[in-house]
Amino acid sequence: MIKLFSVKEKQKKDAAAINNPKQSAGELRMQKDMSELNLAKGTTISFPDGKDKLLHFEIFLKPEDGIYKAGTFHFDFQVPTSYPHEPPKIKCKTKVFHPNIDLDGNICLNILREDWKPVLSINSIIYGLQFLFLDPNPEDPLNKEAAEMLANNKAKFESQVQAAIQRGAYIGSNHFPPCR
Amino acid sequence: MDVPGRWKDLDHLLTRPGNVVGPGFEPDPALRAFLHDDCRVLCVGAGGLGCELLKDLALSGFGQIDVIDMDTIDVSNLNRQFLFRLKDVGKPKAEVAAAAINQRVAGVHVTPHFCRIEEKPLEFYQQFQIIILGLDSLEARRYMNQVACSFLAFEEDGSPDLSTIKPMIDGGTEGFKGHARVILPGFTPCFECTLWLFPPQTKFPLCTLAETPRSPAHCIEYAHLIQWGQERPGHDFDADVEEHMRWVYDEALKRAAKFGIAGVSYQLTQGMDNYMMYVGTDGIYTHTVKYEKDAACLICSSGVPLHAPASSTLQQVIDQLQRDPRFEGKLQSPSVSCGPQNLYMHGIFEEETRQNLQKDMKMLIGGSHAILQVNDKKLLAPLRCRLTLSDHSDLDAEMAE
Ligand SMILES: [Zn+2]
Repeated sequence: MIKLFSVKEKQKKDAAAINNPKQSAGELRMQKDMSELNLAKGTTISFPDGKDKLLHFEIFLKPEDGIYKAGTFHFDFQVPTSYPHEPPKIKCKTKVFHPNIDLDGNICLNILREDWKPVLSINSIIYGLQFLFLDPNPEDPLNKEAAEMLANNKAKFESQVQAAIQRGAYIGSNHFPPCR
Repeated sequence: MDVPGRWKDLDHLLTRPGNVVGPGFEPDPALRAFLHDDCRVLCVGAGGLGCELLKDLALSGFGQIDVIDMDTIDVSNLNRQFLFRLKDVGKPKAEVAAAAINQRVAGVHVTPHFCRIEEKPLEFYQQFQIIILGLDSLEARRYMNQVACSFLAFEEDGSPDLSTIKPMIDGGTEGFKGHARVILPGFTPCFECTLWLFPPQTKFPLCTLAETPRSPAHCIEYAHLIQWGQERPGHDFDADVEEHMRWVYDEALKRAAKFGIAGVSYQLTQGMDNYMMYVGTDGIYTHTVKYEKDAACLICSSGVPLHAPASSTLQQVIDQLQRDPRFEGKLQSPSVSCGPQNLYMHGIFEEETRQNLQKDMKMLIGGSHAILQVNDKKLLAPLRCRLTLSDHSDLDAEMAE
């Protein structure tokens, strides 16, 4: 066992702090994720609070194929200091008619909640989001109207989504601004 | 001022050897004066556990106590947070608790700090010999752990510099159960070393919450995660604000009624945001767990020693890492950071950090010693390296370990 402090000798005052306590384990892990980030063509990242604040960033995703082709979708990532123990919190900032994204930008993607594991990374999440736009899933709806239209009339769904992306459009009673 | 015999029991502990002290304890009558006059202890939190800790510290001979807490007193605290009275409701916990102890225990001086732990600079925490935690969240514990570990410096051989160790005691309670744990950064496992003790909160699929809720927890989560954002946009939910909790509870109740689900209670609503305490009962409290220090811990490990010539550039340090037989096959294209500063990064920061490669390493890290973070696709987690830049290196001694 060690003798932590003696009565006579008071503790040294000026021990140089080597570690930065403002840098959480989450930020340290984010450095790893960022050094391994591979963004697909058309996908971009930005750091609104600066590049030394890795816990908040935005992803702009541009599907190259599928129903949502040519749209640009903006996601806001808030990474907790407990990352990767806990997953990032992600909102879709672009209003989109999608069975798994509601009109407030909440996203139903399993790896963001119930299936999150610390071995997953920002890369895996971006793949997950890309997949969500290539293959929207009407089985687990967050936007029921979108899910029903996709399941019952895929052609109509596709043309409405494309109209919204290109020019902006009303689908049902909601207006979706253009997002090319 | 002292009543005769006031220190009798304490002196029994401080002036005699015994079975309750660790090896290295030297009985000394001067210890009492040290505890009372010189030793400064910080109590983090002035809630249920904090009230108990402050009372115990004051009665155990500690004379210079500080307490930090950001909360104000709620009427529901009064049943167990015994330093508070009905007239104190709405006042800062730290201030009322400090005043109560100062008034009741002669010769003890408690200084309150009514603020968030993140608001205090490192120098504030540096002045205490011991930090004792009475916290209820994992997040706050992790933050204090980082603070305590950040003072830790290492000798050349990688052993902790004893004078930089900031002892921290963590405690937690739930019902009749509790845990206590001493963290000596560099010696015992730190909080981060054993994070696996805290299973992450159970999370339900969002679509289940939205479309097919089946349990009271589903209704509460929906109110908290979805409805709050819809109906109170721009307001940050704060579990410490009673009105917020009430709102979530009321909405969850309505939703439960709509789907015919029974069992939503205010207590359950509160529990949803306080999982640390809940987990504490079957996680931390389990006494079969043997805590072990994580040799690669990102927060408290000494890191792998690395010597490089004083005049090295960043590129030369990276080359040296890649040639190092200790990392054979593990470093394909390493990225290097020093604290929050990304020195050279692959991926999205490659272009803007490339210019650093030819720069003088000493200049980049601002000295001859630094802890570097090395990342590589082939590494499962960041690698900590303790870099020393010098020409007359005791490389042989390093290699021998
Ligand atoms: Zn550790």
